[in-house]
Amino acid sequence: MRQQTAIAAKVFIQRDYTNGTVCQFQTKFPSELETRIEKQQFEETVRTLNNLYAEAEKLGSQSYIEGCLACLTAYTIFLCMETHYEKVLKKIAKYIQEQNDKIYAPRGLLLTDPIERGLRVIEVTIFEDRSLTR
Amino acid sequence: MHLGVSESMRECEYSQISTRSSTPMETPYKKRTSRKRKWESFPGRSKFYCDGRIMMARQTGVFCLTLVLILVTSGLFFTFDCPFLALQLTTAIPVIGGVLFLFVLGTLLRTSFSDPGVLPRATPDEAADLERQIDVANGSTGYRPPPRTKEVVINGQTVKLKYCFTCKIFRPPRASHCSLCDNCVERFDHHCPWVGNCVGRRNYRFFYMFILSLSFLTIFIFAFVITHIILRSHRNGFLNALKDSPVVVCFFSVWSIVGLSGFHTYLISSNQTTNEDIKGSWSSKRGKDNYNPYSHGNIFTNCCSALCGPLPPSLIDRRGFIQSDTLQLAPPTNGITMYGATQSQQSHMCDQDQCIQSTKFVLQAATTPLLQQQTSEPVILTTSPENGGSLPGRTSLTLAGPCTSLPLGHPASQDSLHEDSVRGLVKLSSV
Repeated sequence: MRQQTAIAAKVFIQRDYTNGTVCQFQTKFPSELETRIEKQQFEETVRTLNNLYAEAEKLGSQSYIEGCLACLTAYTIFLCMETHYEKVLKKIAKYIQEQNDKIYAPRGLLLTDPIERGLRVIEVTIFEDRSLTR
Repeated sequence: MHLGVSESMRECEYSQISTRSSTPMETPYKKRTSRKRKWESFPGRSKFYCDGRIMMARQTGVFCLTLVLILVTSGLFFTFDCPFLALQLTTAIPVIGGVLFLFVLGTLLRTSFSDPGVLPRATPDEAADLERQIDVANGSTGYRPPPRTKEVVINGQTVKLKYCFTCKIFRPPRASHCSLCDNCVERFDHHCPWVGNCVGRRNYRFFYMFILSLSFLTIFIFAFVITHIILRSHRNGFLNALKDSPVVVCFFSVWSIVGLSGFHTYLISSNQTTNEDIKGSWSSKRGKDNYNPYSHGNIFTNCCSALCGPLPPSLIDRRGFIQSDTLQLAPPTNGITMYGATQSQQSHMCDQDQCIQSTKFVLQAATTPLLQQQTSEPVILTTSPENGGSLPGRTSLTLAGPCTSLPLGHPASQDSLHEDSVRGLVKLSSV
């Protein structure tokens, strides 16, 4: 039977509201992750996520056209088409998965997609470092 | 039915924990073999229909009245006035009336049935983390800590973020907790009984379209009914003509609906919510430098962003399946919501320390076994009623073991499969 890896701690990256209600997360590097990952790498991940969320909520000609079209078709168009926001959320999910596989898992960390936490926090699960206990 | 559901839910929480060592598929509370959907254990007071597709407030009586009024008035118009007017004037009248009527119904149903932008409640880990941070900040002094607020500067204005004791989160700016639905709603406008739902970020545009199109419909019906009466009274006499028409209903509703549309047009153009306007949050009377930090500067951008901006998806996954090995906090029963769901901050002060005590207890218990392997026996933590004048259900928190939200060794869901693979990578790298 496989040995289970225990969770050492969970760190929560809270939302940054200085730009209003747009979805942005704080880029401040939490102290609990200092021994596990480089500050630069982590900040890069959060910054990319912030850019992706900004893209989802961007007010531009594309979103206006989509909004007007939806209104004219009495919002039935969304039965066959995904909203721009949903498309970007899928992109975000893929990005997080990729980051987890390449960067975070080898360091014993796991990022949880913020959408699973109601876009309130980025949950970083820190697994116990087995190499230290040997 | 919902009272029964919440009570049986509490039993379910206990029975689920006591049989935790058994396989996840054999949980005893499931009377059906199918898995439960998340809306069935939703902690707020919203009602769900059509297997989670429709979400409404608890009291839907006034919504039914709205529907009846619209249907009856329009029905009378189409039955009694349209044939006459179509013949005498033009067939465009019933056609335009029909289109307006369908648009009104569509937007009404869309407003009433959609998720207004409910914020899901914090997971136990998040709540514990926040409590820890607040305790550090307060220095954990005093039996009654002050109300929890965080200040943030948005576009030059200082905004206070309040801590919601029910949802255990710091509310984002412009969010508010609706005491009727017992949910925090993003960009909370108001709770509309006519529509049977809260009006928030996700359904504000539908609500606005509804009242706007309803104003046009009522003015349309009113105008053509008057026309009909005038035309008929040339033949029969005024009073005879009057008795056949839905004029009275229209007359009163026209002014109120048109007034409401005008008010919301003003709110949209200044990017404010009803909540903010009533409180005078951004009114210049509060101070010389007080301005709305959310406004985009010009009316056109404000209107476009409110009506044609991107529509965020629902944050509560209503139709997702509950992973049988993830635990949820016991939803508060109706007893608590009557107790604590009043709007004033004062009412939360008495159950606040209970909340803090129980969470501290949970935190202490949870941190100790964290560094060990998962134990097979569950840890049931309940704060007993002898803490002195406690609340019926709020103080019972059930947690099992150290790892509450990660399904270790139960690859029953996609989440756990992913976690298993991550764990696999972790082990490979540590060898």
